[in-house]
Amino acid sequence: MDTKYLFKRHNTYWVKVAVPKDLRKELGFDLRTSLHTHDLSEAQKLREAVVEGFKSQIFAAKENLKKSNGKGFVKTFMPITDTSDPQYYHKVVDCQYACPAHTPVPEYIRKISQNKYTEAYMINWESNVFPGILGRTCDRPCEPACRRTRTHEKPVAICRLKRVAADFKDDVSDLLPKAPSISNGKRIALIGGGPASLTVARDLIVMGYECTLFEKDPQAGGLMRTNIPSFRLPEEVLDAEVNQILDMGLNTKFNSEITSLKNFLNEDFEAVFVGTGAPKGKDLNIGGRKEAKANIHIGIDFLTSIAFKHIDSIGKKVIVLGGGNTAMDCCRSSLRLGAEDVKVFVRSPFSQMKASEWEIEDAMEENIPIFENHVPKKFIHDEGKLTGMEFQKVEAVFDSKGNRSLVPTDDDPVIIECDDVLVAIGQDNSFEWIERDIGLEFGEWDMPVVNPTTFQSTHPKVFFGGDAAWGPENIIWAAAHGHQAAISIHKFCQNEDINKRPEPGTNLVSQKMGLHEWSYDNDISQAKRFLVPKADQEVALKSLKIEVEKGFDENLAMEEAQRCLNCDVQTVFSESLCIECDACVDICPTDCINFMFNGPEGEVRQNIRIPALNIEQDLLVSKILPTKRTMFKDEDVCLHCGLCAERCPTGAWDMQTFLYEEAKVYS
Amino acid sequence: MTYIVKPANHHPNLEKNKLGLTRRDYEGTISTLCAGCGHDSISAAVIEACYDLSLSSDQIAKLSGIGCSSKSPSYFLNQAHGFNSVHGRMPSVATGANLGNKDLLYLGVSGDGDTASIGIGQFMHAARRQLNITYIVENNGTYGLTKGQFSATNDQGSKSKYGEINTLSPIDLPTMAIQLGAGFVGRSFSGDKDQLVPLLKAAMKFKGFSLIDIISPCVTFNNHVGSTKSYDHIREHNESISSLDFVPIGQEIKTNYAAGTKVDVPLHDGEMLTLEKLSKQYNPLDKGQAIQSLNEAEKNGKVLTGLLYINPDVKDHIEILNISDTPLNQLTENELCPGSKKLNKINASLN
Repeated sequence: MDTKYLFKRHNTYWVKVAVPKDLRKELGFDLRTSLHTHDLSEAQKLREAVVEGFKSQIFAAKENLKKSNGKGFVKTFMPITDTSDPQYYHKVVDCQYACPAHTPVPEYIRKISQNKYTEAYMINWESNVFPGILGRTCDRPCEPACRRTRTHEKPVAICRLKRVAADFKDDVSDLLPKAPSISNGKRIALIGGGPASLTVARDLIVMGYECTLFEKDPQAGGLMRTNIPSFRLPEEVLDAEVNQILDMGLNTKFNSEITSLKNFLNEDFEAVFVGTGAPKGKDLNIGGRKEAKANIHIGIDFLTSIAFKHIDSIGKKVIVLGGGNTAMDCCRSSLRLGAEDVKVFVRSPFSQMKASEWEIEDAMEENIPIFENHVPKKFIHDEGKLTGMEFQKVEAVFDSKGNRSLVPTDDDPVIIECDDVLVAIGQDNSFEWIERDIGLEFGEWDMPVVNPTTFQSTHPKVFFGGDAAWGPENIIWAAAHGHQAAISIHKFCQNEDINKRPEPGTNLVSQKMGLHEWSYDNDISQAKRFLVPKADQEVALKSLKIEVEKGFDENLAMEEAQRCLNCDVQTVFSESLCIECDACVDICPTDCINFMFNGPEGEVRQNIRIPALNIEQDLLVSKILPTKRTMFKDEDVCLHCGLCAERCPTGAWDMQTFLYEEAKVYS
Repeated sequence: MTYIVKPANHHPNLEKNKLGLTRRDYEGTISTLCAGCGHDSISAAVIEACYDLSLSSDQIAKLSGIGCSSKSPSYFLNQAHGFNSVHGRMPSVATGANLGNKDLLYLGVSGDGDTASIGIGQFMHAARRQLNITYIVENNGTYGLTKGQFSATNDQGSKSKYGEINTLSPIDLPTMAIQLGAGFVGRSFSGDKDQLVPLLKAAMKFKGFSLIDIISPCVTFNNHVGSTKSYDHIREHNESISSLDFVPIGQEIKTNYAAGTKVDVPLHDGEMLTLEKLSKQYNPLDKGQAIQSLNEAEKNGKVLTGLLYINPDVKDHIEILNISDTPLNQLTENELCPGSKKLNKINASLN
């Protein structure tokens, strides 16, 4: 598979070109852009032009640099890897590094394989606050990053293992922290009751803050409650994890929408956290919209109405517009509300749909057809009664820069009959309630200016997080934002510099138990990814309440957990012990280890046993050894099997578990 | 020693040779030798050489005697033929096998005990007869399996792990092999694959008796200060006389050695051995000089490595014995029985 310069993110292929070290200050670590396709052959076609563009950009910068300091090219050597930098080993744990909340994934998967579900749950709860919810709904940035995608084929089912921890845990109520008996007297307001605000509350309550949550709806949970149908996320699971936080001692004001931040700031709060999400569904203002409005619904409002039981039926023929996860939820919900003929129409080609692969698969398994390349033209109605929709067929054309445009084809307009239309074409933030004269600056796209590290707005008392900060993302991002915002709010209230961020907690412990014994299972499972059992479709489609995925049972969970490669068990190298016998080089199944002379990074990457072409992955570079050679280990496809350490006569290689814990306000 | 099976996964970009095989396809079972044993590096070098030459395992026979070294054929070329024989008797088995099927490539793997002590008689005659074999001696100067006594190749004055000094003078196998008429004699070090792999390739392609004496440190019993076969000692005293490039037929010679230092030695099948003489005076085609240099190096405490001696014109035992071109095991009754007419004729001639 030729994926040079390519990597996959959010289901589309991206091009990335590394920037030489001396230009990184100017251009960043690498230059990258999305090709807006998840079809590999198409990505390969588009790649060349983009790579050339990047290379010329790098060349120009290099020329500039030469001119500015007048120095020629100096032969460089790869610097010795500083493994005391917590980010080095952290990056080796691909899943944890890719997770916005940096949940220690291999650590909890090992606990699952030891049947210690409660411990696995608590590791998750500490880091991502909503393990049961995320184990069903997370967008799983960890899975495409999983090392197995490089060494085998499919990633470990990390997300569904998280659910296993939640499903089989014991009662955890005694393990959860409570608010201290005496508060610190500082009051914090949280606007919006979604995952971001709840995370801030959880972190600050244990520090003695008095937190008050303001929510426009009658219950907390935010989009987790209103936008995710209960056949994907049962209400009990949601309630349980939301209540864990409410029960810690969070003051709640439900049904209280804040309509003016200016007035609100006059109330007695030390700081205000805005976690109001992106609650406004985009509308489609084309012909017939006004006239037929009775049967045209905005997707997320439709889902919210279902969640709060305001609607319980829909027409027989339903059209869903849009290709994101909300569209998938809308079409599947419609089926369960009694629709008999549900169709999804997407403007773009199928391969560029924004929805997660698995959500698309789930919809298609329920026999919902998805029509690609159809641009809605108008709503057809009979004196205000919606009867159908007209579409124009298009085709996606890319220019040399990789920009896409949808060009109409010569086909006749397509007319589809329908009773209802659900518009799920995107979400916007809604900040009408924030006055623009209170010292809170708004920037591009009418979004508040928020510091990406501290989450502080230009009004020092007001912090943002979750979708409210930079537009629609996922629950896991909201949790990550919440932790950081809590740190900032605490520092702000204690008059500390909020730009000084706390260091993560790290621990590195040898796993050696005996001559050939490790305290982790180093035998590599060759099993294929296990599928999650599902409820019988005929039954599932009859009710909104029946959860489609049944989750792994304990046996399947055990088997799936065995697939984890334990990337957090690091290969730690001690130069002073090495006698350069090459035993590790000979035994390594994936040829990661090399002893050779040092040189510039590009040269080293080319000259090692198997060229290290994946520049996303670092090389572990040792100090110079007695024979003047250096040990280079390519982290890319290391299986963490520990054979190097087993074949090492002197213990120069050791397998050590690296635990990385993202700093929290209370740590 | 390792308990888990080496994972079958290999690097996704691992290259394939002409047969479409990766280096991993030439491996054997996982080694049970001590961690860090030089013998494992030699196994890896054999794997590398066979992979590079695109050899098919069913055309190779691995033969060995007894000892740590003689275990090691299990750890490479899983698909090849093999015979783990009696102590010191590998050359006899190799001779028999060779007479039966001359077309196989014979890899003899032996140690300093198996070759220089119990099997020295067999070794000498195999060299003398030009048995067509690549004879690898994994030489660690100690009896590792019996807890570290001095072997016959251990240098005088060298210290054992327990502190005794070796009072006996060593047997130098390359010197002996050259004197006995071996056509290809080299010495190398398990820790220097850059030298060892091309040397192995050339030896495998050489027709006749080829000896490679490989210093292979015993990490458990002979890798201490005072030992002359430790990793450190060999690295310090290694004097490489030649750098070797084996160029298979039809492949361009790429090595760029300085003028006057290059020697090209054509081999039997039109393949070419390109040597860079690291020492200007050294001529590997000169038997007398080879022996003299080895003696001098020994006197100076140096370990001479590289291709020490080569005689490309040597005849192997099959040619010397004038045996049929078809391997004996492929001859059928038709070829072996001359028929009654011919037999009568022969009988008549004897009258």
